[in-house]
Order: sequence, then structure tokens, then C-alpha cells
Amino acid sequence: MEEIVSFEYAPAPESRAVVTIKPKYGHFIGGKFVAGTKHFPTINPATEEILSHIALAGKADVDAAVKAARKAYTTTWSKMSGKERGKYLFRIARIMQERAREFAVLETLDNGKPIRESRDVDVPLAAAHFFYHAGWADKLEFAGLGTTPKAHGVAGQIIPWNFPLLMLAWKVAPALAAGNTVVLKPAETTSLTALLFAEVCQQAELPAGVVNIVTGDGTTGAMIVNHPGIDKIAFTGSTEVGKIIARTVAPTHKSVTLELGGKAANIVFEDAAIDEAVEGIVNGIFFNQGHVCCAGSRLLLQENIAEEVLEKLKSRMSKIRVGDPMDKNTDLGAINSKEQLLKITELSSVGDSEGGQRWSAPCELPSKGFWFAPTIFTGVTQSHRIAREEIFGPVLSVLTFRTPQEAIDKANNTPFGLSAGIWSEKGSKVLWASQQLRAGVIWANTFNKFDPTSPFGGYKESGWGREGGRHGLSAYLKGVSHE
Amino acid sequence: MSNRIDVKKTYKLFINGAFPRSESGRTYEVKNAKGVFIANPCLASRKDLKDAVVAARAAQPGWNKATAYNKGQILYRIAEMLEGRRAQFVDEIISVTGATKAKAEKEVTDSVDRLVWYAGWTDKISSLSGALNPVAGPYYNFTIPESMGVIAAIAPENPSLLGLIDSIAPIIVGGNTVVILASTKAPLSAMSFAEVIATSDVPAGVINILTGKKEEIAPWIASHMDIDGFDISGLNSKSHGEIRIAGAENLKRIYAFKSADPGRILAFLEHKTVWHPIGL
Amino acid sequence: MKFYGLVDGSDASLKKYLGSLSGVDQVGADARAAMLATRSIKTTSKRWAIDTAISMVDLTTLEGADTPGKVQALCTKAVRPDPTDPSVPSVGAVCVYNDMVEIARRHLDLIGGSHVGVAAVSTAFPSGRASMPVKIQDTKDAIDAGASEIDMVIDRGAFLSGRYIEVFNEIVAIREICGTKAHLKVIFETGELVTYDNVRKASFLAMAAGADFIKTSTGKVTPAATAPVVLVMLEAVRDFYSMTKIRIGVKPAGGIRNTKDAIKQLVLVNETAGPEWLTPSLFRIGASALLNDLLMQRMKMDDGYYASPQYVTLD
Repeated sequence: MEEIVSFEYAPAPESRAVVTIKPKYGHFIGGKFVAGTKHFPTINPATEEILSHIALAGKADVDAAVKAARKAYTTTWSKMSGKERGKYLFRIARIMQERAREFAVLETLDNGKPIRESRDVDVPLAAAHFFYHAGWADKLEFAGLGTTPKAHGVAGQIIPWNFPLLMLAWKVAPALAAGNTVVLKPAETTSLTALLFAEVCQQAELPAGVVNIVTGDGTTGAMIVNHPGIDKIAFTGSTEVGKIIARTVAPTHKSVTLELGGKAANIVFEDAAIDEAVEGIVNGIFFNQGHVCCAGSRLLLQENIAEEVLEKLKSRMSKIRVGDPMDKNTDLGAINSKEQLLKITELSSVGDSEGGQRWSAPCELPSKGFWFAPTIFTGVTQSHRIAREEIFGPVLSVLTFRTPQEAIDKANNTPFGLSAGIWSEKGSKVLWASQQLRAGVIWANTFNKFDPTSPFGGYKESGWGREGGRHGLSAYLKGVSHE
Repeated sequence: MSNRIDVKKTYKLFINGAFPRSESGRTYEVKNAKGVFIANPCLASRKDLKDAVVAARAAQPGWNKATAYNKGQILYRIAEMLEGRRAQFVDEIISVTGATKAKAEKEVTDSVDRLVWYAGWTDKISSLSGALNPVAGPYYNFTIPESMGVIAAIAPENPSLLGLIDSIAPIIVGGNTVVILASTKAPLSAMSFAEVIATSDVPAGVINILTGKKEEIAPWIASHMDIDGFDISGLNSKSHGEIRIAGAENLKRIYAFKSADPGRILAFLEHKTVWHPIGL
Repeated sequence: MKFYGLVDGSDASLKKYLGSLSGVDQVGADARAAMLATRSIKTTSKRWAIDTAISMVDLTTLEGADTPGKVQALCTKAVRPDPTDPSVPSVGAVCVYNDMVEIARRHLDLIGGSHVGVAAVSTAFPSGRASMPVKIQDTKDAIDAGASEIDMVIDRGAFLSGRYIEVFNEIVAIREICGTKAHLKVIFETGELVTYDNVRKASFLAMAAGADFIKTSTGKVTPAATAPVVLVMLEAVRDFYSMTKIRIGVKPAGGIRNTKDAIKQLVLVNETAGPEWLTPSLFRIGASALLNDLLMQRMKMDDGYYASPQYVTLD
């Protein structure tokens, strides 16, 4: 009998040498780096090593940032032609491309996501977002939003930790293209690429105060939301916090857009291209460790192909490479924080106690850092908590359905409405299902695809407004009605 | 102390990413504003036109298939390269037209900015000109703009650089490839611009630039059966009629424009409408 | 069980079976293949991959201008790819036209290469356009001359016009002639089949009919062995194993020119069908120029310098 070989991929680590991380950071206000007063550590979630210390912005810092943004708006940015504004954005895009490797390594160290993803997805998309919006700055009259669209003024933007640089691009690029200035707060655990972005703004000679970055925690975010000098709030994060912001802002004249949570159904019909559907399922929930608001976290399998698909899915999951995010062959990286790992672990225990059958891909998890093996729960129904609540981790709940209408009903049976997936080789069915599904982004025979030209956002409790495309511009222009 | 003799440039055609002379061997004289000889650019022949069209046709499917993002990047790169070589273009404009330095600088500045403006259109034009049409029936009905193919153009006599760019850019934004005849009296900007194109990652054959006589070339273009559209902005309106008559042979889409406008992009786009049932 | 119990040999049964196969989404398959191409294979795993790839090469010459001299040179190279380094493994097999088989076999035995098999292309390679008696004689001649492997081409005309049973019956007939003397590779010429759906159909058709190996191309048509096509075929053999517990081999041929390409193929095998297929008895690479690139990369790994073509031999 022939000896079965095993093709072990030797470690293929990306070098850290391309980044220089300072031991301490302040804020970026009025075009300058200013010292912070209090600091907290930020760690590499794959190793628990302390990477740096981030400033915790207090009222004075937020005030200074809003003041700088207002000054820049009034004296410079609102007076500048769209043509010239656009050219700053083109410069920023180019420099991001030039420093792409630096950004990718830094993002992986700070966030825990695999270097392959930072390199091939996050950073290129972020640069592309700036390119796209650069071209809108002098074409706003063609966006179908009025012949003389006007900016709001100063935008306060709060972004999450799952795609730190990309979420920054989604916020800053359209805001600036539309003529606003910004005060942006990156997430507590992932501030480093935002601070590197501040350097890019300097290299691009962006006028002082157009972009301001203040770091901190939830209290800092609340200060921004509450600040009277802010005209427009843009928030991406949990539905829970989104509702708090909506209530806070209600009595004011502030304009708000929210991009919140999801519990997307990924529907696999019997006539799907099976192998590609399995890839789509894996991509849908394990991409970015499942830390994705639009993750396909509920698999809805047509009952007559369930067994075949589950067998292939488990076999495919066993090939997922979990480990050092700096290794170029890693598919699944670290969970972003201890807190998040706890949430995932707790909800998974709930899944066990609710009677779901748990199966995890066999893999060796490193001893330091925060890790969770790719996991599925079968035998899940709509009445399980793990089918309703966002886990935000590499955990898939598997349900079945008999008829297409049942799939739609189950898919829509949720307060969320961010995204959905449809797998079928029949065109009319794909279009029928996409018509029925109450979700802002529908992926048919693909999943987790993003493009600056493609509007992204949710129905129902998944949020207000869209980001990207012509539709995404309306968030940053005054007088266009929205929620 | 002797005066240095400078090395004068030979100006050739730009076809398929290369710089050939006219196959006819013909040239014509270009003098500067003071009537002093500057150069002998090529006088393009009918065969040169044919070669350019063959190159443009071969390059078209690949250019069309490039993503909008990629096309935008390339147009922006052309702007980068042009900005980097401002001085040369300013000098050439001054030398040939006798314009003031301020005017020449403005033309080059506007040319760079115009390229940037068009670069930003590649990934937006279909959001504006495409549509989902609410037909009365269970059908998905969507209209998609698509490129036409090979478009020819006659650049305006002046401004020789900005006018050239205003002709070329909207054509290629839409995924078409172009064969353009430069200003006859002031062709140097066009030839130098060809050098910029050649260093901007533009695939060979996407842009082809000829120098020569409008009265010869325009009718040849009009009657060429493998050219899909014709921008005659640079032609005197007296000849528009006969050009349109000749162009009718293959129903060329023929336009004359007055300014920069997204309409110039739309003019050379086809619109395809697709129906698909919605149902189980 | 005849035809593994998947079909009964009739046209109706075959059509039904092929119609029941799930489809392939082209964009998805392309994306999966592209993702696997980003695997970074370095140091020890790269060194292992190079040697493994060498042992999987079917060193090929299929030219009208082939002469005994050319074939003999090929055979010598096949046995000792690097005359200065005996640690380099021999290739998987040599691949020649059937009228060169005798010369190849004799020369291989002469130079200590009796462990290297001779594969013959057959059935009116590469076009497949000839009568059945000619194809059968073609195959018999090769086996009589000492070929231990037969690489046959399918009738693409029959396949594309929906006459699947004809394609099936041809494979069955050739398999019978091969008997226990030779293993049978069935070439699809995927560049002519064009769609991945067709490649998947052809894979199951050939396996049910008795193929020991399924092969992408003749090397005479582009595109040949693209990564997504090989992916689809590896998925097919994996699924076939699931159904029948029999492992069928896969051979990409054409377009695999350098070490990087070869290693990408091994990654595809590893993460699709599985490591059980990482052996010359289940995976071969049809190539000619590839071998020298593998040798140059091997040299670089061993002594640290980028090699030059001067340091590898021509075949």
C-alpha cells in the first residue's frame, strides 16, 4: 500500500519590518498630531502582545477636533471647488496604494485578520473607495440629488473594529467628496491604521482640519454624537448602540445614517452549483472570522440536498487554516478581543443548551491570543436564539426548508435586514428570490462582495441609509430626505 | 564659447502603441507663429488610417472588458504623466501658436484637470445612464450602456492640446478605442501627448493619433466601413453634410460637440435592454 | 459492478445520469482557483513540492518531426533529469506517439530506466477524427510495442453534438484493449469543451466508462490546463471516490511552464481531492519545458543562487 503523503505548508510569515509602531499615540487634530492625556493599551489579539498605547479622548479633545473641522469647513473646504477637493482624494488614494503593504501589515497586527485578507481585500478596497469618490467631488450635480447639492458641514463618524481601514474609507471618502469635513473615531481595539491614515492626509497636503481623528472608547463616541457642533452622524456598529444614537439625536437637527447588525440567511436551493455554494457558505460565515455585519450566519438548506451539502461543508471546513494571521497561508485569524471571544463562546453554549448539534473543524488553536474554531450548529430552527441573535464570530446556524416560499419566509423572519444569499442555477428563481427578500444587499451565487460603486446598507433594524454608489452620496448632502 | 546644437525631435505617427512613419513617406511643414520652420510631421495616408483602425479594432474587446476602475486608473495615470511634463507642453504651445506663457500654462492645467474629470466618469456613467425599467409584467428589465467599438475623431485646430484631450477622453471612458487626427497647424502637442500615452499603461491600440490634412482624412474616415462612430467637432461645419452622407453607408454615429460634457461619453455608447422572467 | 452501477450502458441511462449532475458556477470556480493560487509555498514544503512535481512529469514529445534521436534524448533526460545530481528523481513517464514507443522502451531499458513507463497517445491524437477500427489498431500497436499507459482523446464532435453514448462506448472499447497491460488516460481537450459544466460531465462520463485517469488536454490547443478546469476535475474525482471508493487520477497537460505553475497544481490537488492524490500513480503533469524550470528552482533552493539555463541540459 502506498504511503499517504501530507503536503504541509511550511510557515510563510509576512515581515513586520515594513511598519513602525510608536509606543504611544495622540490624536490628529487640525492637521497635526497632538498629544493625548490618558492612554490605554492596544494589543495584537493573536499574541496578546501590547502593540502601543492609544489616547483616550476627553471633552477637550473632542471640542478641539470639532472646532478644527468647523474652521476648515468654513474657511477652506466649503470654498474650494469640487475639482480641487477631488484631487486631494485622488492623492490620498494613490498614497494608500503606495503604502499598501504597510497598511496591510498594520491592520493584521492590530485586528487579527489574516494578512492575505488585509492585503487582497481590505486595503485595495479602501484605496478604491477613495478613487471612486474622488471622481464624484466635481460631479455632484449629476448624482440625481438636485442641481446644486450642498454638504452638511461637519460630520461625526464612528467606526467599528472589524474592517478598521475599510470602514474609515467608507466614511471619509464620500463625506469629503460631498464637501463635508470630518471628526472620525476609530474603534477602541483598532486605531492604528486610522492613525497611519492621518499621516497619509499630511502627505497628501490635505488642508488642516478637513480630517480629524480622535481615539477613545464608547464615551468618546457619545461625546461626538452629542456635540452640538456636529451636523451629521454616521455610525457603523451594533444595532443596540445604533438605537441609542437614534434616540439621542432625535430631538436635534442632526442628520444620521446607521449601518448596524445582521443575521443574514444564505439560501441554498436544490439546483445550486453545489461546490461553489459550499465555497459561498464558507466565505459567508468564516471570512474575517465571522466578524461581518452582513455575514451569512444562517444557512438555509433545501432539505433534499442537506445531507450532501453538509458532508461537503464539513470536509471543506476541515481545510480551513486557522492560526498566525501574519502567515500568508492562514484563512482564519484571531478573534478581535477577549470580550468578543467571550460573547461567541457564551452564545455557542446557548446553542448547545438549546439542542443544536455542534460540530467544529478539528484544528490546533494557539495557546496565546483569542481563538475560536470554525463551527456549525445543525438542527437549528427559527426559534433558537442562535438563529436570531448576531454572534459575530465563526459560528454558522444551519436550518432547512422544503419550498422556496418557506425559505423566503424564514429568511425574512428577523428584525434585521442587511443581506442575504441565494444559490441556484435557475435565473428566474434567483430574481424571484431577490425580489422577495427584505434585505439591502443580496448576493446571488456569490457572497461578501463589495465595491465602491455598489450601495450597501440595511432594511429594518439593520440601519438607515446606504454607503457606496450614487445612493451613498445622499447621506452627505443636505436637504435630501431620509429617515 | 560655442553654442550647443540641440537634438531636434522627429515627429511620427502613433499607431498600436508604436511610433511609425507614414507608410507613404509623406510629410508636411509646420512653422511657428513667427513663420520659422519647426518640424516635418507625417502626412498620414489612407493606409495609415487603415492600419490605425485595424489596431483600434484589435484593442477594443480587451479595453472594453477592463473594469471601470482600471480604466479610471489609466486615465488618471495619463493625467499624472502629463502633469509631470508640463514644461515641455507649455513650451510647445508657446512655440507653435505664439500664445503667452500664462495662456499656455492655463491650457496645460486645464488639460490635466480635464483628464482627471473624465477619469472619474468611468465608474459612474452606468449608474446614470443604466436603468431598471418597471415593465408591466413579471420581468426584470434593465438597460445597460455598452461601448460601440472604434470611434474616429477630428481634433479641433485649437486649443491643440485641450481640444485633443476633450475628444479622446470621453470616447475611451465608454470602452471604445479611438483613431484621431490632430490639429493640422499645431500637431506637436498631439505627438508629445502620444509619448505621454505610451508611458501611461494604456494598452496598445486603444488610442491612435495621426497627423495630416483634414480634407484628405475626414472623407476616408467617413467612408471606412469598420469605423462605428465619428466625432467631427474639429471639422468646419461646411463639410459636415458630405461627411454625414458618406457615413450613412454603415450608419456611423456622427456627432459634433461644443464643450466637455458627460453627453460626449453617452454619444458613443449603445444601450442594451435585457428582459428576464422573475418566478419559480 | 459494471460501470460502478452508475449507468447501465444505454443511451437513456447515460443521459439521465449526466443530466442529474449539479452544475458548476464559472465565476465561483475561477475565484476558488484564484484563492488557492495565493498559497505561499516556501522552504521545506517548496523543496518537497519540486521533487514531487518532477516525479509527476510526463516528459513529452509529440511532434511530426520526432526522430529516434530525439526520443532517445528525451528518454535519457527522463531517467536522469540532472546528470550531475543523482538525487533528482526520474520523471513519471515519457509520452510519445505510438510509432516511437518501441524505440523509447528499448532505450529506457538500456540506460537503467526500466522503472520509467512509456505512455502513448492514441485514438487519432490529437483530433480524434478517425474511424473506430483505426483508433483500436492505434491503441493495439502502442501496447504491443511496450506502452504501459495509453492517453486517448475523446471524440469532441460527438460530445458537443450530444452523442454522449458514442463517446462513452469508445472509452469502454479502448479500456478493454488496455486490459491489465496499460492504464488508460482519457483526454477531454477542455479548451474545446469550453464550459466547466461540460468538463464536469465529461469527467463523470469517462470515469463511469472505465478511465483510470482523466486528462485535460492534448497540449495542441489553448487554453489547456487552466487552474479552474483542473479544480473542476479534482472535484469530480473526489466526488467519484465518495460514491465508489475508487480513486481516479488527474493529469493536467499544456500551459504548465514553470515551477510556480506546478506548485499551484499541487496545492489544488491537496486542498480539493486531498493529499492521497499527491503521488504519480494519481497525478501527472504533461509538460516539456517545465522540467528544466523545476531543476533550476531546485538548484537555487540547494545552493542559494538563481540558476541559469546553461546549468540544465536540453532533452
